[in-house]
Amino acid sequence: MSHRHVGSLHAPDGEMAIKNARDVYTRRNEGVSIWVVESNQVLASSPTDKGPLFEPSNSKVYRHPTFYDIPDDVGAM
Amino acid sequence: MDHAFEFLVRQGDNVLVLGHRLSEWCGQGPVLEEDIALANIALDMIGQTQLWLSYAAEVEGANRTADDLAYLRDAWDFRNVLLVEQPNRDFAVTIMRQFLFDAYHVPYLHALESSKDQRVAEIASKCRKEAIYHLERSSSVIVALGDGTEESHKRMQAALERLWPYTGELFLSDETDDAVAESGLAPVLNDVKARWLQTVQSSLKDAYLQMPDNDFAQIGGKSGIRHSEHLGHMLSTMQVLQRSYPGAQW
Repeated sequence: MSHRHVGSLHAPDGEMAIKNARDVYTRRNEGVSIWVVESNQVLASSPTDKGPLFEPSNSKVYRHPTFYDIPDDVGAM
Repeated sequence: MDHAFEFLVRQGDNVLVLGHRLSEWCGQGPVLEEDIALANIALDMIGQTQLWLSYAAEVEGANRTADDLAYLRDAWDFRNVLLVEQPNRDFAVTIMRQFLFDAYHVPYLHALESSKDQRVAEIASKCRKEAIYHLERSSSVIVALGDGTEESHKRMQAALERLWPYTGELFLSDETDDAVAESGLAPVLNDVKARWLQTVQSSLKDAYLQMPDNDFAQIGGKSGIRHSEHLGHMLSTMQVLQRSYPGAQW
């Protein structure tokens, strides 16, 4: 199950952060599970490094397995 | 008196009035997260109201709907306990009122799941899932604020003392309570009280709050005999649309 960043919020501790996240981000039935991380524990890449980090893969379409037929049983990949 | 109707209206009115009180915070919460959380709980409670009052209207058989019951009765026909109609005042009072009610609501709904009336048992089971989350949230906030700063502790203790006299009514049985317990529709209130007290004692202890040593109880809400003056003011806001434009729909 892939998780996706949905947003940021304030909370005094992790337990409360999960409750707040439930209330703020899962009101329309989007929720299945919640992970919370303190923002100061997140290491992020710098936007200025975007070029060296991501551009080299732009020209290498053969790295995408789009040339294969994926059997339906495999599910989301 | 039709005790089944009376009982159902009490359930509906408790969540209707408390739900409306919580909705008064919408857009004014102390932080965004709390604002949304309170609005969510309010919506849960309005949804629960619909279940209880629809059934009440069916049982009554007088051609009234849940909406008629919610929007066209006056204060003396409301059957909610006094606790839930108390005004929001500050956030401490709001969240303490919520906690004291949630701590009752969860075990009460749990007991209602064994009601002899299948429909009551089903409604209770649906509501309890929501109530468990409400209690989890309100009890965490009680502890966070009771064990927070000097100011938050002081406000929480004051809120507890202000609301305490309104908790007794939840468990004082009257003729209707006795009748519905007798017929197996609802539990004996005293049995629920033990579980309420357990939750309250343990959360207050964690929150470093002092449980008032006083069992004086304000009564007259669930019988409709003596609502506080606050209920009428609340209803005048809640019902203004149906009163001004009778039958308005959208």
